[in-house]
Amino acid sequence: MTHALKTDNSDGLIRQKALWMRQQALKMVYDKQLGHLGGDFSAIDVLATLYFGVLRFDPERPDWADRDRFVMSKGHATGALYTALAAAGYYPEAWLDTYMEHHSKLNGHPNRQYLPGVETNTGPLGHGFPVALGIAIAGQMAGADYRTYVLTGDGEQQEGSNWEAAMTAGNRRLKNLTLIIDRNRLQQGAPTEETNGLDPLDDKYRAFGWQVVEIEGHDYGQLLETLGAPVGDRQKPLCVIANTVKGKGVSFMENQAKWHHGVPNAEQFAQAMKELI
Amino acid sequence: MAVAAATSAPLIDCRKAWAETIEALAAEDERIVVVVNDSVGSSNLGGFQEKFPQRLVNVGIAEQTMVGVGAGLANGGRIPFVSAASCFLTARAMEQLKADIAYAGFNVKLVGQSSGIAYGELGATHHSIEDFAWLRALGPITVVAPCDAWETAEAVKWAAIHEGPVYLRLSRMKVPTLDLPNRSFTPGKAELQRAGSDVTIIAAGTMVHLAVEAADMLASEDLSARVLNMHTISPLDIDAVAKAASETGAIVTVEEALDRGGLGGAVAEYTSATQPVPVERMGFPGFMPTGSIASLFEEFSLTPRGIADAARVAIRRKGA
Repeated sequence: MTHALKTDNSDGLIRQKALWMRQQALKMVYDKQLGHLGGDFSAIDVLATLYFGVLRFDPERPDWADRDRFVMSKGHATGALYTALAAAGYYPEAWLDTYMEHHSKLNGHPNRQYLPGVETNTGPLGHGFPVALGIAIAGQMAGADYRTYVLTGDGEQQEGSNWEAAMTAGNRRLKNLTLIIDRNRLQQGAPTEETNGLDPLDDKYRAFGWQVVEIEGHDYGQLLETLGAPVGDRQKPLCVIANTVKGKGVSFMENQAKWHHGVPNAEQFAQAMKELI
Repeated sequence: MAVAAATSAPLIDCRKAWAETIEALAAEDERIVVVVNDSVGSSNLGGFQEKFPQRLVNVGIAEQTMVGVGAGLANGGRIPFVSAASCFLTARAMEQLKADIAYAGFNVKLVGQSSGIAYGELGATHHSIEDFAWLRALGPITVVAPCDAWETAEAVKWAAIHEGPVYLRLSRMKVPTLDLPNRSFTPGKAELQRAGSDVTIIAAGTMVHLAVEAADMLASEDLSARVLNMHTISPLDIDAVAKAASETGAIVTVEEALDRGGLGGAVAEYTSATQPVPVERMGFPGFMPTGSIASLFEEFSLTPRGIADAARVAIRRKGA
């Protein structure tokens, strides 16, 4: 079983999928007047790259034992995850219209028992990374070649459970595990560095036994090259610090903490849709 | 650490039954793995580690990650038994128990070691008396507290084949193996330890043999006490409770746990809504003062005499 890249993106596939995901996420949040667009938009290029360029999966077989796993640890970014899974074929795109409705499968935070393709329930921060660690350990034990990717927010790194998981992954030399940190530098109410500073994040992960790569999180070339690279001789887990822009793609949302869970009015929605082309 | 025996049966530390059973199961099913928090020794898993070194994941002193890793291993097709002192497994990792295990519904077996007040003089930080109340609140997790070595082994075997999250509340206290013919362990179904008609004593875990001894004391006063071993705290065997209420008219609950929110709480919730009868709830009122296991049991009347006294009170309250 190979892990060849699905696309080199010369056809613009990933860009096209990411654009569709942003448009859909915007509609979902506007319709429901609930959601987390800022973090959706900073993460969407990572997810589009993973699902359309990197991950080995079959939407017809969500329980396929050898699938690559993607764990969305920043579970509030459902606008990114739900649109990615719909685009990947796990469920009909029409389901997105039910976002957060009464008894919808598309809860405000993802539930694996509601939706195929969701690997674990997240929402409270600092949960997805330890679960991804367990998935990677299961792969290591079995000698399986599936890979495990987990995306956390950067503010999320303030949760101590991440550092428990980071230590264990480093000590076990879990080369099949990739942590992606959505480094948009803003948490709910303020910049991370003004709240409980994370820098130097790269040195922290190196000290915990990880290989660290810092990339531009909206550059599909860099994302593909980094996330799609074969494990090769690497003997450590890989930490990808993806420098991103909260609210990426909509001018008035970019780098604004208030768009963490801000919702657009009609005028803002129309303006945002115009920019998403 | 020994607790007064109801019979002359030898007193046994149930951890041995746990360890022998999990080793035997692991030899038959390679999906079975254990996850610990530097608790190989206290979980009696030295033998497991020797036999299956690759299938024991020690994350060190990191309970949140320990539970998360359990969920991840289940995602990866394993049957993980996450074993740690119950005080840390439940309290420290409570949000992981809620979100990663109960809510996500992963097939993870949580093994709470040295539960209740087994750590005696080490104090309230090391006691695990809140766990019944906390775990009961997480509906999808089946909560089982075996009463002796035989039942411990049966519960571990059942947990391994049951599809769904389980909390096994084990003890290090030495207890006698109860002498009952043709025993069988059926999760969710209470085990009748003594027939009786004046009152029912519903006990769990280390309290069951004390309840049997209390029934013997009451018998000498011509009081007929039924004793139910309610090994499954959640979901509660409501049929057995309903029969106890209708047939004996008074209930005493006994648990090595808080006197609210656990077994007694569950019984009171059910009876108050269906068949109100006197329910005397025995357990601990809150954080324990410094004391040995025996002295704390004595202070809070978790003794055959104390249980018998509560049974008389419950009988007196009938029709009051």
